[in-house]
Amino acid sequence: MSTAVSPIDEVKTTPWSGGRSPFSVEYGKIMMWFFLLSDAFTFSSLLIAYGALRFSSNSWPAADLIFQSVPGTSIEHGAPLVFVGLMTFILIMSSVTMVLGVEAGHRGAKKEVATWLILTVIGGFMFLGCQALEWRHLFSEGFGWGHIPTDLSEFFHKGAPVSATYTQQFANLFFTITGFHGFHVFTGVIINIIILVNVLMGTYEKRGSYLMVEKVGLYWHFVDLVWVFVFTFFYLV
Amino acid sequence: MSAENTHAAHHEGEEHESMTKKKIWHVFWILLGITTIEFIIALYLVPHGIIPLRAANPIYIVLTLFKAFYIIAYFMHLKFEKVGLIYAVVVPVLFIIGLILVLTNESHHWIDLRA
Repeated sequence: MSTAVSPIDEVKTTPWSGGRSPFSVEYGKIMMWFFLLSDAFTFSSLLIAYGALRFSSNSWPAADLIFQSVPGTSIEHGAPLVFVGLMTFILIMSSVTMVLGVEAGHRGAKKEVATWLILTVIGGFMFLGCQALEWRHLFSEGFGWGHIPTDLSEFFHKGAPVSATYTQQFANLFFTITGFHGFHVFTGVIINIIILVNVLMGTYEKRGSYLMVEKVGLYWHFVDLVWVFVFTFFYLV
Repeated sequence: MSAENTHAAHHEGEEHESMTKKKIWHVFWILLGITTIEFIIALYLVPHGIIPLRAANPIYIVLTLFKAFYIIAYFMHLKFEKVGLIYAVVVPVLFIIGLILVLTNESHHWIDLRA
């Protein structure tokens, strides 16, 4: 009549023995991670298709000749990367304000969370505004889905064969991919605003946790992450 | 019973202590620094012929992957999650690498089809 439990009958408490999340992450957060993974597949498919089409072409319009103006100012030529550099800075900056908001959420500082979220939303709108300006500038030059300018020689480096087919492919891919990314920024801003309203109404204060800010933060950082790749493959390479 | 109690205790806090304000700004400066290096390469080193374009492209891609690492590991906090979650997110990226290999290889055959 011993009360000792044999090792085989002991209740296991290891992370994978059931009864709790082995990742010790809340359900919604892990679902956000898996959603972002699937979204990463979508974006990679688009970017890899772009890469494959570009690899299989013998000539491609040069990024530093197409994106050399600063839309919204009188600078039309000779400033490659300046405008997109500004856009990149805005998005990285808004990622920082988001993560600072998450950090404030861990301390339960409602006012700070709200301040950082407001700044993040402003950053999102600034990025969208810049993208609108850039698109409008490209439209005015004649680029668009199914449209390219009539004179293409200024968009190719000297010595590279001028090709209407590849310029059209470039235009379609550029508007599709930056458009899809811009749509993500737009939904991110909307979700951030909803979260901000909830923070101000004290929803998370009552709940005792600002985990929701963290989940939305994950989405917002993902948008920044995608932009890092779009920036490299459309503007640099 | 005891498993439930530890669950509740683990629910909040615990894994979140690792990102301080100082660390956040540190990562920001790294991201800004890498972007600045990319700009120097694109605006100065390549146009002046110090680095050929053929060499610049792989450098851009490596720098981009560094930026991606810092965003995912620190801003998205993945570095401080349980190792199971890290693998659940990182391992499927192999599919993306697979698609890159398949389609870049395929694109070399498309050249002949286009001719």
